[in-house]
Amino acid sequence: MEFGFTTAAYVVAAVLFILSLGGLSGQESAKRAVWYGIVGMALAVFATLIGPGSGLWVLSVVLIASGGVIGWYVATRVEMTEMPQLVAAMHSLVGLAAVFVGYNAHFELGRVLAMDDAARAGLEGFGALIAKKDGVEQAILRVELYLGILIGAVTFTGSVIAYGKLAGKVSSAAKKLPGGHLLNIAAAVISVLCLVWYFSTGGFLPLFLMTLCALFIGYHLIMGIGGADMPVVVSMLNSYSGWAAAAIGFSLGNDLLIVVGALVGSSGAILSYIMCKAMNRSFISVILGGFGGTQGPAAEIEGEQIAIDADGVATALDEADSVIIVPGYGMAVAQAQQAVSELTKRLRAQGKEVRFAIHPVAGRLPGHMNVLLAEARVPYDIVLEMDEINEDFPDTDVVIVIGSNDIVNPAAQDDPNSPIAGMPVLEVWKAKQVFVSKRGQGAGYSGIENPLFFKDNTRMFYGDAKESVNALLTKIS
Amino acid sequence: MKFGVIREVEPGEARVALTPASAAQLAKLGYDCVVETGAGAAAGITDDAYSEAGVEVLPDAAAVFAAADVIAKVRPPQEGEIDQLREGQTLIGFFWPAANEALMERAKERGATVIAMDMVPRISRAQKMDALSSMANIAGYRAVIEAGANFGRFFTGQVTAAGKVPPAKVLVVGAGVAGLAAIGTATSLGAIVRAFDVRPEVAEQIESMGAEFLFLDFEDSQDSAGSGGYAAPSSPEFREAQLKLFREQAPEVDIVITTALIPNREAPELWTPDMVEAMKPGSVIVDLAAERGGNCKLTVKDEKIVTDNGVTIIGYTDFPSRMAAQSSALYSTNVRHMMADLTPEKDGKVVHNMEDDVIRGATITHQGEITFPPPPPKVKAIAAAPKKEKAKELTPEEKRAAELAAFKAQTRQQVTLLAVGAALLLAVGLVAPASFMQHFIVFVLSVFVGFQVIWNVSHSLHTPLMAITNAISSIIILGALMQIGSGSFLVIVLAALSVFMAGINIFGGFLVTRRMLAMFQKS
Repeated sequence: MEFGFTTAAYVVAAVLFILSLGGLSGQESAKRAVWYGIVGMALAVFATLIGPGSGLWVLSVVLIASGGVIGWYVATRVEMTEMPQLVAAMHSLVGLAAVFVGYNAHFELGRVLAMDDAARAGLEGFGALIAKKDGVEQAILRVELYLGILIGAVTFTGSVIAYGKLAGKVSSAAKKLPGGHLLNIAAAVISVLCLVWYFSTGGFLPLFLMTLCALFIGYHLIMGIGGADMPVVVSMLNSYSGWAAAAIGFSLGNDLLIVVGALVGSSGAILSYIMCKAMNRSFISVILGGFGGTQGPAAEIEGEQIAIDADGVATALDEADSVIIVPGYGMAVAQAQQAVSELTKRLRAQGKEVRFAIHPVAGRLPGHMNVLLAEARVPYDIVLEMDEINEDFPDTDVVIVIGSNDIVNPAAQDDPNSPIAGMPVLEVWKAKQVFVSKRGQGAGYSGIENPLFFKDNTRMFYGDAKESVNALLTKIS
Repeated sequence: MKFGVIREVEPGEARVALTPASAAQLAKLGYDCVVETGAGAAAGITDDAYSEAGVEVLPDAAAVFAAADVIAKVRPPQEGEIDQLREGQTLIGFFWPAANEALMERAKERGATVIAMDMVPRISRAQKMDALSSMANIAGYRAVIEAGANFGRFFTGQVTAAGKVPPAKVLVVGAGVAGLAAIGTATSLGAIVRAFDVRPEVAEQIESMGAEFLFLDFEDSQDSAGSGGYAAPSSPEFREAQLKLFREQAPEVDIVITTALIPNREAPELWTPDMVEAMKPGSVIVDLAAERGGNCKLTVKDEKIVTDNGVTIIGYTDFPSRMAAQSSALYSTNVRHMMADLTPEKDGKVVHNMEDDVIRGATITHQGEITFPPPPPKVKAIAAAPKKEKAKELTPEEKRAAELAAFKAQTRQQVTLLAVGAALLLAVGLVAPASFMQHFIVFVLSVFVGFQVIWNVSHSLHTPLMAITNAISSIIILGALMQIGSGSFLVIVLAALSVFMAGINIFGGFLVTRRMLAMFQKS
């Protein structure tokens, strides 16, 4: 088949991908957007299969199909609360694939360079492409595939660790090996040295060494980041997987790879930026792990936490006209979204105004809470963002905080010494009454005391979020 | 020490400053109580009742003045009474020092300490001795009862076999303690109650009592926090707006209860003769401000009159006295609380602590000095509302200038970014070969498109966005597919693995995105 057809198909696919991402600006258009993405992908794969340079297409189709079966199985079985893990796991696959493709490019380059002119003439596809390159271009090719492997390897181990942390298989606390960031810097320096080495010799060893270093960086970097920062990490890894694809695209001379890689890369970068802004932290400080240094002891909290039982909460809800529910990771852990949805339905049936306030970093994935609430059939038009709803708290009768902590911490505004000082938070304490559903008295995920729990208008509703809300449901008809 | 109470000599005054119950409490503070015979008779308390409570009953006022160290009264003392005070003796009672300066001078000359119950500062701690409030409460209640007695119809609306009765409409002007008490009484009788006050912050209190707050939209509304919770005189413009509001109400309402008083001033005229004219025959006006000239100028102090158009105007000033049993009980309790504050050790000894805000505020003569008016209390009655900063109105020119400046800054920023970006691109172009540049331009444009597109993605769709970008990042499969046809076995194996993994990703990613998006639904 003609090279021209493939290129044309690529152009169409690229347009479809852009439309697919652009369509996510609204819930309704998003449903169409997925189909754009699917068609674009199908077109791209099809065009590549029949285009120049590919071979063994039976094997390819079989592999895609069998991979597809696994993907289909996983996608249909996964719980919405496990979405962060799944996304992280999938990133690791892209990262590893990028590493493999990068290595392949290296091997092919070596093979082609070893051939004589006659043999080169007989090559087709990727081999032929390499064969046409002159010295400078080969050098650039090396840099490109080197970068592709480096980013791919970091993405791979990073995503594996992120997956482990999100799935609870690896401790979510921020951990660093002795030496901390020095180790990362050393690994990075070695990688750069290897680049020079590889550049001049084209040998396999520096490439391999660099891969090990990159794998280590990915592992160590993500190990050093605490659970609360996971939304940033996941979107950052998303971005990396895109840049890896783009780098590979350069080395293979494939424009579609470059386009899509750049799209994904910039999308992840913007998401990371949005998340960081939502936490009032610089990207660097998130990546360097742990909450940044505090400038003094956090303010002492006075008062005590006052507990309340389901009866008390039910009575307050009965009398309230406007209710705002603030969900957090705790709701996801307890799988309480269905119960919360039922509660919402009943309160709305009684004519009360019920809304949800979502902090940008609630949960472990950007937009995590929206997905969970959508799963539980909470209408999305009552699910509001922080900026939309923050001003409404003073006019609200009851706020129910379900499993969130740092995002409702007034210390972020009041206490300049707080580790989260300056982070935009949901001002729930301005409401007439606040109920906090929480497992126990301990501090939250980030280990920061929350003065909200000690306020006069706050009552603690201890217990597993799902059981608590279910207990409430028995009192409210 | 001895605590003595004399009979009120003012005609028509039925109250008394001591009840058997408060005497028992005073005994616990260490005081022996004495009372003039017949002091409680008008309030329904016999001398025997006092004796039973352990109060010594003395034959006349002079005996009480001689025996007691502390004298309690209701009304300000008469000249004859004040001359019986001796040095070191304490007098507690209403005094109205601003209006009774001569009397205060006499008390000073006698060397007595006078504590004016009407001067108790309005702070939370002093509420238990705030006799003005407890008397106002009674006055408000009684005002409605008097109005009802002179009003020829029901308060509550009824539908009976004999016909339908519309509910009475009551307008309460001034929502102080008396006003609120009147609102509460009238609503509990079933009337439709409207209320007005110059202090917009009492709207909530009015509504909590079950009345409708007549809202007057006027910029210059008062903040009463500075004047200790009392109303202050209003501007002429405000007064006009207020009168206009009342004029609209006049033909509608059946009963008007006016309670508007401004401390140490004549009562403001709020219910003008033309409003009285506009009212229906049989309507009732109760003017609780009659003592200070009345909120309605037709009011005759201490009398009930009927106007030509059949409107009854009640100008009684002795509402608390008309409920002497109740008002004596409350007043004596207020006095008893004052005594408790004066007796920190509960040993029956008065310690006149002039450092104490409440005692200092209420004391008008002490140790031969006039201590009126008191300095402002250290504790404000009501926390002053923070002044709202008004957003500065920009003139159109300023606005345009600001917009222009913002536009210029934005342009400058964009141009700088573009210049830097272009310079970098050119620098790369200088060294890189043409084949690389082709791809590089595609790359830069894609990044640019990506940035433009992703900013529009809605917050709630971030998770689907990640899933879909994850799915399309498996475009890496293209690379693997291109390499799988290679001659080297190792390359084939690695490429095959990549194809397989990317396959998982493509299907998993798209399916999961579709699942998520299908869940989003509108209510």
